[in-house]
This record gives sequence, C-alpha cells and structure tokens, in this order.
Amino acid sequence: MADNFKFDLVSPERLVMSEPATQVVVPGTEGQFTVMAGHAPVMTTLRPGVLDATLGSGKRERIFVRGGFADVNAAGLTVLAEQAIPLAELEAETINGLIQEAEAEIAAAKDETERADATLKRDQLRDVAAEAGRPAGGSTH
Amino acid sequence: MPSLKELRGRIASVKATRKITKAMQMVAASKLRRAQARAEAARPYAERMNAVLVGLSQAVQGQDGAPKLLVGNGQDKTHLLVVCTAERGLAGAFNSAIARAARDHANRLLREGKDVKFLCVGRKGFDILRRLFPNRILDRIDLRSVRQVGFTEAEMISKRVLALYDEGAFDVATLHFSTFKSVISQIPTAKQLIPAEIAGEVAATGSAAAYEYEPDEETILRDLLPRNISVQILRALLENNAGFYGAQMNAMDNATRNAGDMMNRYTLEYNRSRQAQITKELIEIISGAEAV
Repeated sequence: MADNFKFDLVSPERLVMSEPATQVVVPGTEGQFTVMAGHAPVMTTLRPGVLDATLGSGKRERIFVRGGFADVNAAGLTVLAEQAIPLAELEAETINGLIQEAEAEIAAAKDETERADATLKRDQLRDVAAEAGRPAGGSTH
Repeated sequence: MPSLKELRGRIASVKATRKITKAMQMVAASKLRRAQARAEAARPYAERMNAVLVGLSQAVQGQDGAPKLLVGNGQDKTHLLVVCTAERGLAGAFNSAIARAARDHANRLLREGKDVKFLCVGRKGFDILRRLFPNRILDRIDLRSVRQVGFTEAEMISKRVLALYDEGAFDVATLHFSTFKSVISQIPTAKQLIPAEIAGEVAATGSAAAYEYEPDEETILRDLLPRNISVQILRALLENNAGFYGAQMNAMDNATRNAGDMMNRYTLEYNRSRQAQITKELIEIISGAEAV
C-alpha cells in the first residue's frame, strides 16, 4: 500500500475536495501524469480532462476538470481548476455546450496557432465526453 | 393639528411600512448568511492562486519579456477604474461609499494630469458616476438578470477588461469594491488589477528553484495572470454581495426602529387629541345643561 499525501481540489467557488490520497492521475497540458507520495515538486497547467484520484480510504473518484493548474510540492498536491465536476454528475448538455464553444472558437480563430489550440481543446473535450459515457472501472450500467 | 381621521391614516401607513422593512430585513439576513458562506468558500482558491503567483513572479522577475499583465506596459497615463456596486439600493450608504471612493480616486488622478475611464459593474454605481463623469464611462455591465453571481460572470467581466487592455484603452486598471469585514462594517477597497499587484511571502515549502515547470514559467504565468484577474473580480463580486446584504440588513433594521418610534409618537398624539375632544364635548354638554 502506497503512502498517503494531502490532495486538495479547489474551484473558484469552493473547496471541492480535501482528502488524503494514495495516487492521483492529473491531466497536464503536456501529458497525463500520476502523482504519488514524495513526488518531485512540479507545477503545470491543466488541459480539459478527467482527474482520477485514489483516496486514502481506497475509494476512487473521477472528476472532470477544466482550466487551471496543478501544484505538487512537499506539502502535497493542490489542483486549482476553473471547473470541477464529478464525472458521474457531468451532464451531456454541459460537455456538449463546451464542445460547441470550442467549435465556435475554431471558427473564430484568426490564425493557425489559435485554430490549432481550439481544435486541440475540442478533441480533448470529446475524449472526456467519450469517457463520461463509460462508468468508472469499466463496468456496465 | 391634524384631525383624528388623518392621524389614524398616518398610523396605518407607518405600520405598513414597518412591516415591509421588517420583512426586507429578514430576507436580507437569510441571504446574507448564504452570501457570506459563498464569499468564504471562494477564499482558498484565491489564496492558493496568490501563493503560486508570488512564487512564479519571483522566478521571472528581472527577465526580459515578462508578461505585460505583470509588469505593465511601461506607461501610466490612462487609468481604468472598474467599479463594482450592487444592483439594488435600500442598503444605506453601501453603494455611495464605493462610488465616493472611486470618485476620490478619479479626482486625484485627474489632478495629476492622468486620464481616467470607468467600467461600471452594477447599476447603482453607474447611476451615481454617470452624473459626475458623463463622458468617461466606457461601458457598464448589468448583472441584474443574474440570480447568483459566479465564476462565469467574473470571467465575462475579466474578458471585457482584457479586451480593452489589448486595444490599448488604458494602462493601469484598478478594481473598486467593498470588503466585507463584518455585518456592520463594509470597507470600500481599491485593488490594482493591471499590472498585477502580487503581495505576500513565498510559501516556505519548497523554494521556487526546486520546482519543475511544465510548460516553462513564462507560459504558465501567461496562462495564470488572466485567470488571476477573473479570480480577483469574482472575489470582489462575492464580497460585495455579502457586504450588500449586511448593509441592507442594517439599513432595514434602522428603518424598522424608526417606523416604530414614529408610530409611538403618532399614537400619543392621536390619544391626546381624542382626550381633548372628549373633554371639550363634556364641557359643552355641562355648560349647556347649566344654561337651562
């Protein structure tokens, strides 16, 4: 059994979660990475994606996060996300709305970089939508 | 001296007013509790954001090409005041205190020969500032239709501010709002948004040098600074909201008490003149009987 570390998930409107965790998979901008106790200090921005936390109690939480950053230091992991919704509560409307927003951004993009950024964002959101369709652990309804 | 009938009418109307102010006070009290909880719930995010920014800004300090949002565009000519007030009144001096602080700030800048522009969030501030600085208001943002201010609104405002900044409409932005200190005390506060005013000590845990940044510091900072503005605005909106209900509760409490006093005075006057009339009638009857 791995050691526990402090895991805080904060959104602008409230503290979503503050619990010891053994392992958290964070969707970083430059790739997904797993944080365990004693991880080297890292700071990274987030891409829209699913954060997968294994809590100290052994419970697994899958949470959709969007926009923000993760900060790993000696004290633990702090994720600041603009939006944090447990995957189970994520409604199709919300995610589809975000995908449409990203598509509007693609249409409004002024240059190649902007278009590429927006396209990437849309694809990431689509991945989340696909993920949300499947319940945690791969079991069926 | 008003007639008895007139007095009865006045008492009834003061009584009705008291009922209304009492109800408003109770509504404000219950909304205050919610608003206060929301303002407090928003604090951890703002605090951590600030802690991270402190670390990052020191890491890039003194480097060339530091983001403009952090160091400014090197000018100090045009100031934008973002004035956040409530949408409704009946809250004592709450709105006018914020507007007054903004007005003083603007006058001070004008005396120094700087240009001042306003962005009004909330109807009340706009109403007051429109009269004082009719040509300096760039835009107003109305949140009346929003039931509960949240991050979406804060983000919308911050995008507006950033768009104006990109157009070069101003050099320095300051946010005016009211800090919620307690139910009876709201302090009008000014906070500089652009260039970002980052204060605080670097967190003791792990020095900035030991960090690995992914992507590099500057990219993160560029991503973080606009977010920081949204967070600051959100904090201002939530603090304002809590402060507004606190101020309204107080104002309505005073109004209820005043109405009670006024009712007592009118009732006393009413009883006196009723007595006087009875006495007068008695005298008339007695003197009439004596005359027979």
